[in-house]
Amino acid sequence: MSVALKMLVGDRLKYLGLVAGIAFAALLITQQASILIGLAHQTGSFIRDTAVADLWVMDPQVRFSQDALPIRDTTLERVRGVEGVRWAVPMYQGFLKARLPDGTRVTTILIGIDDATLLGGPPRIVRGTLADLRGDNAVFIDEAALDTKWMQKRSGGRGLRVGDRITINDKDAVIAGTYSASQSFFWEPITYTTYTRALRYAPPERNLMVFTLVKVDPGQDVSAVAERIARTTGLDALTGQQFIERTAGYILKETGILVNFGLAVGLGFVIGTLIAGQMLYNFTLDNLRHYGALKAMGAGNWLLVRMTMLQVLTVGALGLGIGVGAATYLGRIVGEAGLAFRMPWQVLAGAAVAILAICTLAGLLSIARVLRLEPAIVFKA
Amino acid sequence: MSTAAAQPAPSALPPAGAPIAIRCRGVTKHYGSGDARVVALRGIDLDVACGELMMLVGPSGCGKTTLISVIAGILDRDAGECTVFGDDFAAMSGRARTRYRGRNIGFVFQAFNLIPTLTAAENVAVPLMILGEGRAAAVAKGRDMLARVGLGDRARSLPSQLSGGQQQRVAIARALIHGPRLIVCDEPTSALDHETGHVIMRMLKNVALQQDRALVIVTHDARIFGFADRIARMDDGRVERIERPSATGAESA
Ligand SMILES: Nc1ncnc2c1ncn2[C@@H]1O[C@H](COP(=O)(O)OP(=O)(O)OP(=O)(O)O)[C@@H](O)[C@H]1O
Ligand SMILES: [Mg+2]
Repeated sequence: MSVALKMLVGDRLKYLGLVAGIAFAALLITQQASILIGLAHQTGSFIRDTAVADLWVMDPQVRFSQDALPIRDTTLERVRGVEGVRWAVPMYQGFLKARLPDGTRVTTILIGIDDATLLGGPPRIVRGTLADLRGDNAVFIDEAALDTKWMQKRSGGRGLRVGDRITINDKDAVIAGTYSASQSFFWEPITYTTYTRALRYAPPERNLMVFTLVKVDPGQDVSAVAERIARTTGLDALTGQQFIERTAGYILKETGILVNFGLAVGLGFVIGTLIAGQMLYNFTLDNLRHYGALKAMGAGNWLLVRMTMLQVLTVGALGLGIGVGAATYLGRIVGEAGLAFRMPWQVLAGAAVAILAICTLAGLLSIARVLRLEPAIVFKA
Repeated sequence: MSTAAAQPAPSALPPAGAPIAIRCRGVTKHYGSGDARVVALRGIDLDVACGELMMLVGPSGCGKTTLISVIAGILDRDAGECTVFGDDFAAMSGRARTRYRGRNIGFVFQAFNLIPTLTAAENVAVPLMILGEGRAAAVAKGRDMLARVGLGDRARSLPSQLSGGQQQRVAIARALIHGPRLIVCDEPTSALDHETGHVIMRMLKNVALQQDRALVIVTHDARIFGFADRIARMDDGRVERIERPSATGAESA
């Protein structure tokens, strides 16, 4: 068996080409899949950052976390009345226009959180304290977006700083502090303020509450409480995880991300199979008379199959290692640049399965030629 | 046997009393079909005794390669009888035939057919490894066998680092390593110069040929006829006559 490897490895150029081809396929597959998963993960950032809530109560037609469909204000009291609910707080959400001091217009996702408890606020405060949110016209903006999304482009100049005055929907607001949050799929920067102030910023509508955030009593079954809330209100009560899944599912499908990255992964698979298959087949053709000699000398088909499979699986494992290594390295670089890239073990397992399939296909392709081979060819000069 | 010089012996018989190694009766074989149909063997009768070196000679295309392929069980005959040490390939399953070849038959090819990325010792060890022997033990035996063909110091060389004659000696070592009872060679000397051809033939005769073994060599090379015990002259798919080499007068050419 080790002879099979020497047969392959001895032909340095073909062997390295084969490994490189498979490494390329592995790189393409893992990298694209990791970006896809990274993006999917990022669609859930807002929900994940709002971890205080056990349940999110929302209009059943809400399709993703930034889908602002108001529910009736009375919902809050009804939810509070449901057995097993420890507390329930309102959350406003809306896409509003902000104007920076120099006149630059920025669309922001305004989040209004419960005035009394400030529950559902930003995960990590960077400048100021959360209590500053109760100050006059106070809003908190994303520290990471200060010099990017909040850049005052019209004056060609600087980003926002704490203390700067802006308007939101033409009403005064002052930057009271900054927070940091997980990298989000949604482009518009999130601005936090209190619920009542958010209602002032928001264009007048009959209902303005978008979510009711719920904490379940200790020891209560979350799904049972969710069901009771849904029955009482006629609304959806989702756990964070369920809401994340709904959001990711909708975004991936609606934006075509799934199709695009799926195609890229598929392409990696096809290209990998073609490259590896064609190289391996060439290798087999070059060695056909040796395979013929081995057959004449008593090597059975099963032995030749094992030899070929050992060859392909060895180059497959090597190629996989190199490809995944390169993808990890690339991922670290793009990850530092803030791009979506996540490589959970499932991606590695998937890539391994894909490479295994590629190698098996390529191996079968070339072994078929060997199996059909008449040993009598060995006497042909 | 040079008593009556140049006496033709149209059907020289195998040595009396020796057991029969190969027995062919009315063996036929064709290739292709329709217009492309070629009849390569038209009814071969041939006996080879144990301990005998039989040469197959004849014009190009007369069926020599086809005949040893049938004898060695790498090609199916159309009709007729053919047994090797009493065993009939046609009666075996594909797997049994492959296994039988691995155990009992050694091959020497015109083009040597050594695996270029394996060392000489590893190449020699291949038949043992096919039979399931571990690599280390097989390669050690391969080195011993190389020493017997005078290449003890070249065990680690790759085929490309050896001369043609040395490569053919490696091929002979490979054909003998597992102690096969029948050794078939197709044009073993045609890629070699005269001198080297003689070295190879001497080696085949001395190392390969033992009482219980038989050797069948296809050749065009009249200069090595003298090494044969008997020579089967073939033409157009038939064995025309069987001679003793003394009768050919060609051995000293
Ligand atoms: N695979 C094949 N397909 C079709 N015809 C073949 C095949 N192999 C051999 N033949 C034909 O069968 C006949 C006998 O061929 P064979 O190779 O046995 O001759 P040979 O005596 O070994 O010739 P040479 O001395 O040139 O090697 C020839 O006419 C040849 O063209
Ligand atoms: Mg021939």
